[in-house]
Parts: sequence; structure tokens; C-alpha cells
Amino acid sequence: MFGFRISPSSAINLDNVSRDRFSELCRIEPDALRCMACGSCSATCPAAEFSGMSVRKVLLYLQRGKEEEAFKIMNNCMLCGKCTMVCPRGINTRHLLLTICRIYEKEDRR
Amino acid sequence: MIYQGKQKIWSDYQKEIPDDHWFYVRSCIRQNFFPGSEKMFMEICRDVLKKDFYETEHHTTCGGIAYHCDTIPQETAMTIVARQFALMTEAGYENYVASCITSFGNYTEILETWHEFPELETRIREMLWKACRKEFKIPKYLAHASDLIYKYRNEIAEKAKFRLVNKETGEPLRVVEHIGCHYSKMFPSKGIGGAEYPYVLAGMIESWGGSVIDYPERRHCCGYGFRQYHVKANRGYSISNTHKKFESMEPYKPDMIITNCPGCPYFLDRWQYVISEMEGKTYGQNGYGIPVFTYEEVAGLVLGYDPWDLGLQLHQVAVEPLLDKIGIEYIPEDKYKGLNRKDILRPGLPANMKCF
Amino acid sequence: MKEIVVIIGGGIAGLEAASQLLKLGYTPIIVEKSGQLGGHVAQWNRLFPDMTPAKDLVSDLIASSKDANIFLNAEISFINRLKDNYNVMLSNGISIISRYILFTTGFRLFEAQKKEEYGYGIYNQVITNADLEHWFNTGKDDRINGKEIKSIGFVHCVGSRDEKARNSQCSKVCCITAIKQAIEMKEKFPDAEIYCFYMDLRLFGKKFEDFYIKAQRDHGIHFIRGRVSEVSENIDGNVIVKAEDTLLGKPIKVTLNLLVLMSGMVCNPDSTRSASMLSLPIDSDGFLKSSDNVMHITSSPRNGIYYAGACTGPKTVPETLAEARSAVLEIHSRIIGQQK
Repeated sequence: MFGFRISPSSAINLDNVSRDRFSELCRIEPDALRCMACGSCSATCPAAEFSGMSVRKVLLYLQRGKEEEAFKIMNNCMLCGKCTMVCPRGINTRHLLLTICRIYEKEDRR
Repeated sequence: MIYQGKQKIWSDYQKEIPDDHWFYVRSCIRQNFFPGSEKMFMEICRDVLKKDFYETEHHTTCGGIAYHCDTIPQETAMTIVARQFALMTEAGYENYVASCITSFGNYTEILETWHEFPELETRIREMLWKACRKEFKIPKYLAHASDLIYKYRNEIAEKAKFRLVNKETGEPLRVVEHIGCHYSKMFPSKGIGGAEYPYVLAGMIESWGGSVIDYPERRHCCGYGFRQYHVKANRGYSISNTHKKFESMEPYKPDMIITNCPGCPYFLDRWQYVISEMEGKTYGQNGYGIPVFTYEEVAGLVLGYDPWDLGLQLHQVAVEPLLDKIGIEYIPEDKYKGLNRKDILRPGLPANMKCF
Repeated sequence: MKEIVVIIGGGIAGLEAASQLLKLGYTPIIVEKSGQLGGHVAQWNRLFPDMTPAKDLVSDLIASSKDANIFLNAEISFINRLKDNYNVMLSNGISIISRYILFTTGFRLFEAQKKEEYGYGIYNQVITNADLEHWFNTGKDDRINGKEIKSIGFVHCVGSRDEKARNSQCSKVCCITAIKQAIEMKEKFPDAEIYCFYMDLRLFGKKFEDFYIKAQRDHGIHFIRGRVSEVSENIDGNVIVKAEDTLLGKPIKVTLNLLVLMSGMVCNPDSTRSASMLSLPIDSDGFLKSSDNVMHITSSPRNGIYYAGACTGPKTVPETLAEARSAVLEIHSRIIGQQK
């Protein structure tokens, strides 16, 4: 009618982020919380430069309630384990990603 | 909210405003948007308060909109402004008051720039001389017109016929104040009360009996944001910002909004209609919108001027529920009578927002 | 004759210096402007990284310096230089002649209300790191007691790394203090979501990084890289903060029951005032200027004037104590050298 619309906000409102599944993930994988966003995982990931895959981003998206974005990049993971080798905090990223799939796929089978 | 904390900040940001003898310049757009406002300003200052306010038909735009939309360089805006100052100098005034917030911001920015870079001021003086053989003095005092109404607020309150109080309940009206971005965000020290908690409108509201609402998005832009509205592809951002403000103020059930900028009352007023059409949502009581006013209109109302002489029929959101709340009398059938009682025709009514 | 050393400031640096000077057989005189010893640390509750009670440290220091001459509620009226000595005139009328003056004048906490956008002193639920320690110590604060606390935010770098606030320096201890306080609050309010808004996490000290990992893994504290840009109050009296999650590149907002501002360390105007009486130089950060920032941090460019602790810049407690000892050793060497 007017040729424009009320634009949806891209801001993240932390009041509305559901933490249930991430809490479940942390119960099984407490190391999920230890990421310090150094980016080593993404820098070395063979899928990153083509697909945007990044363990750092997957964890960040999940914590901010952006699960769709997390799954979109995670689907490109080849489970090669290189990120596990380089993580300075010794996070078992490969195991972590598999646990994410297990927990989140219960409801989001894709 | 700790009121004393705000008072502390307000006392830190006061500026000297001479009481009398001002050279007044109008806004480019306000006379179309809210035509009664500038007339009322002059009437209050000259006729009610008996002050010396001078204006000339020779002044032009300050170039602010063009400058902010990147269509002219700052030097051009500066030369335009230099010419305005020359008109003030020729008329024998030293105090310069602008009706428009963006003009006020523009003048402030230019004066600060000249202060930091005197060689630029010299160049502008040359350019002005070449262009129109004029010379100017820098104003001794620069103010926005709302600074003056703020200064005169208690005098106006003494002469007031009405207060911003609900006639039925005796409760103060809940008033949202909205400050134009260019008033003090660029130069906080130039605004009364600073930039985070400006006092210029809050002071008027308190003086005239209302209570001020501080809601989470108070400091947010009204939505006009030149590039957002004027670039048609961005118009959705304009209304989204306005929408955000209304969503944020809604729980406080405001009775009215007062603004001090040319664009803000326009967009806060008109976008309420557009939001009601898009979303089916209205923010006032009983299906009405929240009436939005300029500070001159509110000053005129409390002083007892006829609402239709103030131009309130040009508002999109119906003002009648508020007039009834305060107890201001008006003749409904005169709403759409223009000069010499000429019929100016009735507008079509919105689908979702109640209007008269 | 026992050499007199005037110590300006009765905080932990002054106390530790006095105690060391006493051990070496000198006569320290502490001049303290307030009515109590221990400075800022005396107002704190527990100290990172081992959660040592601050009052234990302060009372140990007071006990070991009790034989010093201590003037409380005394300010420096003026100092002037005589031939080989300084004449220090106190506000209580006492004048001291000494060859040595040690500045342990410390820092001042940044006044959080200067960051107007954070609303300290305006929005009820906005407090500072010092207010929180006060609550830990006394249990008294109506902004916390009797309130439902489900979400708490910590804003790092309030008045630090802020050129507009005229403090471009990092205050060094706020990152670790925020983490300490976040853990303490999580222990008191286990159901609360706790957010730390930081620009960089600067966890340089011993066991600081362990503390950070503990905050993340064991306490689930959320770390958001982004400076809070604006705080406002909602109709319930809670605060809404806006920031950018710079790791995600998106604006973020959250409603909080309590927001804690990590006020930084800024130079103490009293120390600048005393320093100006001796024409001592001030460094670009506003703190007192050492004769060398690497080799001679405790020395001033003037004979007989020494510095220790946060008067020369933000310091941790152990750094301050170490500097106090170091300054005493410098003074001692100087005295021995002069006696030869």
C-alpha cells in the first residue's frame, strides 16, 4: 500500500533467547562455554573459506539463539578434526559438533 | 529514576540566554507542516511578553537539509549562513535565534568550525563578499527558539489559562518530550540539560503542570533521519524507528508528545497513521493516536489561544481528546474553517485510527 | 639520629612502606587525609585471584606499621624545599622536616556519573564496582536487597580507555575485578544470567586466566565483546542496555535487574596538588611521572622524593606492595650512600 514496510530489527534481544538446549549441551559438553573466540578453528578449517563454517560462530550463534544460522554453516563441517588440533583451550570441537547435532536434531531433523 | 541525579546534570548544562532583542529566522519546512507554530512564537514573544524580536523576509534556508543530504559542500552551507549573519548585522542585532533544530545544529557546527579553523572563516567572508557584497559579525548569542520558550516558561505559566493537567482527575498529564537530534547530540554543551537528559522541553512541561515520561527509547531518533525518509528505498527504516519509539512509550500511556524539531512532530504524527494502516495498531486511548505538538502550539494552548488558530486541524492524530482532557474549549464545526471562515474541506478518515 | 621519612597516603602502599622502614630502623610518618588507614583496599571485600579477605590484608599491614607516627585526617597544607630537607606543613598545624618524602597517594575511582549515558545516579539499578563491594561488606543496599535479581550486567572500562573521559589508560584491574564480582554474584544468585560487556579482556596476572575460564565454564557467565553504548530504564525500574555483539556484528540488547559499572582508576587530584608544590612532573596519563618508566618507576626526578603504588598509574595489590618495598630499598640505599 505504501511501497515500504516496517523493517524487522536485526538486533538480538537477549531477553527472548531460549537457553534450554544450550544448557543441555553445556551439561554434556562443559567445554562449549570455554571458547574465547580466538578464531583458530575457522582459520584452519578446510570448509571455512568456501562455506563460512566456523566452530566459533556455531557456538556464538547457538548462545544468541540464532540456531538456523548455526545449522546452516555446520552442515559444511567435514569432521576432519583439524580444529580440535589447533584449539588452544583444548576443546574437543569434533565431539562438540556431534553432540550439537544430537541435541538439536531431536527437534530439528533436517 | 532518581530525580536529583537529573537535576545535577541539568545544573551542569545551562547556557546564557539573553532576555531580549533577538533576530529570528524561520525553518524551511515548519510553515508547511505546522503553520501556526512560528506565528505563535512571534505572537508570544512580541505581543504576550513584549519582547523585541526582528525578522526579515530576505533570509533563506540555512542549507542544512542539503548539507545533511550531501547535495552541497559545507563551504556552501557556510556562505549561506554567513549571509544570514550579515542580515542580522545589518538589522543591528547580536542575538540570533533559529526556529529549526537542524539550522541550530548547522549554525553551531559552523561557528565551532570557524572557532577551530579561523582561516576558513576568512575564506567564507571573501566568498560572501564576492557573491553579494555583504559583511557580517558573528552572533554574540545563538539560541534555538525552544531555548527562549524555556527561558520564558515561568512567565508563560503565570499568564496561562490552562495547565497540563487532567481536568477530571486533577492529575498531571503524562507527557513524552522528544528532542531533535541536532539540538545537542553534536554539541552537548550547547543544549539546555545536555544531550543525554535534555531539560529544554522537560522544563516547560514541569512549569506548565505536566509530568515528564522517561521511557527506554527516549533518546532514539524520531525516524525522520533525512537520508532515511528522503531516500525512498530507506523509507521503511524511517517508520521502523518511529514504530520502535511508540512500542517503547506505549506502556507509559502518554497523553501527549511535545517536540522541538521541525521533522519530529511531523513524523511522530503522520507515521502513527501509517502504522495504524499497516499494523492496525494505535497508541492512544480508545482507538485514537497520541497527539503530537510543537512546543509553541503547547505554549499557545496553555495561554488560551483557539486550537484552530494554532493550526491544530493540520495534525493527523486527533487533538480533541486532549483538549477535552485539559478542558480547552473549541468549536468542532470550526475545525475545517480557514481564514475568513472559508471552508478548507474535510480530509478522508483513516481506516484504523479514530479521527474527527 | 633515626632518619625520618614522610609517607603521604595511608593506603596499602603507605602502610607496607612504613612497616619496611620500621624494620630497617627508620622513623616513618604517615599522613592520611581520611580518618582511617587502608585506602581503597579497606573498602573492598575479597581480593582476586584467591578470594583473600581484604580486611585481613589491611589489618596485617596496620599491625606491622603500628609503630609509625600516623596522622589521620591530616592534609598537606604545603611543602617547601629547604637546603637539604623538605618542610612538610600539615593541616593540623604540625610541621615535619625530612630529607625523604614517599608519595603513596594512590588513585581515585572514576566518577561513574560522568559517563552520562550509563545513568549512574539517575537510574536506580545502576551501581558501581565500589558499591557492590560495599554490599559484600555490609549487606546493605536497597538496590539489591529485597529485589528479584535474575539478570546482572557488568560494564568493563567505565572511564578507562576513554579519551573523551580524558583517561586513555587501561585501569588494569577492572577485567579481573568484573570476573571476580560476576562469580561472587553468580554464587549469591545462582539462577541469574550474568553478562560481562568488554572491549578486550586483559587478564595479565597470575591465575587471572584460570579465573576467566572458571567464570565461563563453571559459572556460565556470558562474555559479550562490545561496549555498552546506552542504558535506559523501563517501566518496571529495570535497566535496558544496548551494545553491539562485535563478534557477531549485530546490535544486542538485554533487560537487567542490576547493572554494575567497573569504574576505572584515575589520577588522584590530591596527589597532583601535592606534587605541584614540589614542581614534580605529571605524565601524559595524568599520574605522577617517574624518572623512568622501566628502570626507576619508584623514583621521581627530584632528590629525596619517591613514589610507590597507584600514584604513578593503575596497579594491582601485589604490584603496589612490591613497589612499596622497592621504594623503601631505594630510600635505604640512598641513606646508606649519604652516610659514607
